[in-house]
Amino acid sequence: MSAKPKTRFEVLGKPRRRVDGRAKVTGLTKFADDIVLPRMLHMKILRSPHPHAVIESIDFTKAAAVPGVHLVLTGKDFPITFGILPVSQDEYPLANERVRYVGDPVAAVVAKDEQTAWEASELIEVKYRPLATISSPQEALTTPEPRIHEHGEQGNIHRLQAFEFGDVDEALAKSAHVFEDLFFYEGNTHLPIEQHAAVAAPDGEGKLTLWSSTQVPHYIHRALARALRMNAAHIRVIACPNGGGFGGKCDLHNHEIVVSRAALKLGRPVKVCLNREEVFYMHRGRHPVLMRMRTGVTKEGKLTGMHVQTLLDGGGYGSYGTASTFYTGALQTVTYELPRYKFDACRTFTNKPPCGPKRGHGTPQPRFGQEVQLDKIAEKLRLDPAELRLGMVAKPNSLTANWLKIGSIGLEECIRRVVAASDWKKRFGKLPDGKGIGIACGSYLCGAGLPIYWNKMPQSGVQLLLDRSGQVTAFCGATEIGQGSDDVLAAIIAEVLGIDPYDVRLVTGDTALTPVDLGSYSSRVTVMMGNAAIQAAEKVREMLADAAAEQLMAIPDRLVFSQGRVFLAEDPSKGMTFAEAVVFAETKYGTLGSVGSYVPPRAPGRYKGAGVGPSPAYSYSACVVEVDVDKATGWVTVPKVWIAHDIGRTINPVLARGQVEGSVYMALGEALMEEQVFRRLPPKMSGALVHKFPSLLEYKSLTSLDMPEVFTELVEDPDPNCPFGAKEVGQGPLLPVMPAVANAIYDAVGVRIDELPITPDKVLKALELKAQGKEPRVGPTSFPDVPYPEPMVVKTPWEGGDGNETKKNDAAAVV
Amino acid sequence: MNAVRMTLNVNGEEQEILFHPYKTLLEVLREELNLTGTKHGCELGECGACAVLVDGQPLLACLELALECGERKIETVEGLQNGDKLHPLQAAFADLGGAQCGYCTPGILMTAKALLEQEPNPSRERIREAVSGNLCRCTGYQQIYESIEEAARRMQEAK
Repeated sequence: MSAKPKTRFEVLGKPRRRVDGRAKVTGLTKFADDIVLPRMLHMKILRSPHPHAVIESIDFTKAAAVPGVHLVLTGKDFPITFGILPVSQDEYPLANERVRYVGDPVAAVVAKDEQTAWEASELIEVKYRPLATISSPQEALTTPEPRIHEHGEQGNIHRLQAFEFGDVDEALAKSAHVFEDLFFYEGNTHLPIEQHAAVAAPDGEGKLTLWSSTQVPHYIHRALARALRMNAAHIRVIACPNGGGFGGKCDLHNHEIVVSRAALKLGRPVKVCLNREEVFYMHRGRHPVLMRMRTGVTKEGKLTGMHVQTLLDGGGYGSYGTASTFYTGALQTVTYELPRYKFDACRTFTNKPPCGPKRGHGTPQPRFGQEVQLDKIAEKLRLDPAELRLGMVAKPNSLTANWLKIGSIGLEECIRRVVAASDWKKRFGKLPDGKGIGIACGSYLCGAGLPIYWNKMPQSGVQLLLDRSGQVTAFCGATEIGQGSDDVLAAIIAEVLGIDPYDVRLVTGDTALTPVDLGSYSSRVTVMMGNAAIQAAEKVREMLADAAAEQLMAIPDRLVFSQGRVFLAEDPSKGMTFAEAVVFAETKYGTLGSVGSYVPPRAPGRYKGAGVGPSPAYSYSACVVEVDVDKATGWVTVPKVWIAHDIGRTINPVLARGQVEGSVYMALGEALMEEQVFRRLPPKMSGALVHKFPSLLEYKSLTSLDMPEVFTELVEDPDPNCPFGAKEVGQGPLLPVMPAVANAIYDAVGVRIDELPITPDKVLKALELKAQGKEPRVGPTSFPDVPYPEPMVVKTPWEGGDGNETKKNDAAAVV
Repeated sequence: MNAVRMTLNVNGEEQEILFHPYKTLLEVLREELNLTGTKHGCELGECGACAVLVDGQPLLACLELALECGERKIETVEGLQNGDKLHPLQAAFADLGGAQCGYCTPGILMTAKALLEQEPNPSRERIREAVSGNLCRCTGYQQIYESIEEAARRMQEAK
């Protein structure tokens, strides 16, 4: 020990202006499109108007001849494929022979300005030979030819996965009740207000710098080196602060490669900024998922086993899809005690923009199904749905059926808080017709346990530099996407060193200057960067304490670092300023610096496929939603939402609350209106499958007038794996909201909408069915035949398993 | 098309510029004057990110031709602070979580400034209405309302 451990916090838990707050309100935050460089050119991408076609020829003579045009690039300039996951290298920066969705990039024009580039791109003559279009997973299953990709399982099936943890059929056969339900969750998109932008420029040495609105500069750095066939040491990727990410800026995007190639070729800076329509085509958002859930329960309402089957509409490319597919099953086990679990998943290719990770990555869909089904179970067993859940919350420090290690779990407290705040007991089932309340819960990762490419290196690194001026500079690859990662970094270092967060200078998200952090995804930053930051800060504090103790004739572990001073615990008047301590330490040790790194604990699962799901900790949320349903129009209004989130420990309550409320906002959009849907043009216009409304106006999202009041409670159940116990808060609070809305609608008007979004037409249809005395339900009615493989069988921990599979099955896939 | 020369009054300063007459006010602010504090999210008048004040009224800069702004007073986020002192709206947004990613923030700040100039003490309902043309994907709006209310309070106290 180098100094007295903290007994109370000076920075953590106190509401505070975020360290980057001033820049954001003065217009000084530099987003990617705000970068302007001397001699900079502009690039526009020509995109496919066909959902599926072979490119027979491209003639860009006329475009290249336009005055002001500097370069035209096509698929010929990009012979090799790329993809964010090592297993799905199936995209070309510009299409090479085939296009797979409307919006697939075909050619790029670089010109003196955007207008010239755009006008010239219209002069490029592309001859397409249209191919049959696959528009849905059902169609993909029954139409193996033409194959959208040559890789994948078979026909137009991209991935098949099947796992069984304990004999679920036996469990269901012995259960008092078995519930079988079908659910559908429509796809939707991130809709960040900032459109993706990137600027590429060769530097004085001829090396490449790429500024981009990306959440994952390290992955971009790595993938870009491969795509450009360049030495990674000659590429620098700088993640600009993102104007909203939500998972949409996690991929290596085709324009990032193309703009880099253009800048290198022309020897000058080139910028690309997608327009809103192009952002809809870039997508990588929520997968549409059809689900079948069979769940067994005892008379008392305890789960005995669950069998989840999912069918995903992946769109035109792999993207993160293999991981997304796993996530439609992997986290179903961490919320409630579930003795046996079986999970089959299938991702199909279709001729639509590729799907990928959006807030909650693959887990909101099955969460919706499970929580609505629990509502049905509670009703059948005549149990209060809140009590049903309280009776089955997973135990802290336990293993799940699929070998995930749960640490702290504050879910019971979350449920109690929302039940109390919403006056649940007096209101559930007792509100007048048309008004209702519903409850649901959720859980989420605090960082994916494994990186997207196999390695044993740190997943986050923090480096500190201190000098005699007293300044502390922190370097970390983490990326500020609005969630406050910079603020977390400054707060944690400041807490350890006893200084003000404002006094910590930050250099983040720059692959040339900062240690690797894998990026802002999977809710990993607070936990992983935070742990690395503590390690780095404690190392340097030890040096400062040794040097200061020498001067004070004290022993180092009796020193306190607080409020910019280093002093004796017994006599605070004996001490020095923090800056003086740095001077003594620099004198004693030479140039001062330290590093910290973080590797998550090894997960107990050993079976093939066990890599998706483990996390250093899990966060938990519970939510009660109130609805008013207009029975004449089917319109659903949400007057109030109560939500409690188990955050472990709050670093900055202002930001934490903002993450919870932002999650509720985005969730209500998914519950009630947001959908990324497609339609076929009339046959005389080509019959092509096109995006129904790639515009901010038509793609409905909540405005301030639609957003209800949100009552937020933060539950602090510190987790030993997390920095000062702090878990994630960026994604988990989204999960319980959608099912709570559906459950509230049932409480209000007695109809089940087993399909998202819950639009007025669906509510009206269900009310009509109810009036006709039919089953008052709208939702999927059939599940297609999916050739799920024989499952990989893994014994549960309580069956004496060791985490390995007992029956080998190579068909069950891994990332 | 020939470029035109004109003078724009931006944040109280006369700026002489040469630009193509089809350019929107948004493009001229960002690209000719390098005032990149004003953002864009759609260029179609759908998101509100580009809201600036023209003669004190909030206006979507992506739908306005710069050519039509010659005789008018334009205010952008860069003109909000007074020397090193933040405008009360800026301070409140920074303190209370009104800005998360910060991308919609300049448009909302300008919209809120116009509101508070007309109604120094607006109700929550009036604030909701006033910012309903500004989409924010991060906050869920609640901390935006609280920031505007707090700014109104601070401005009243300062009077």
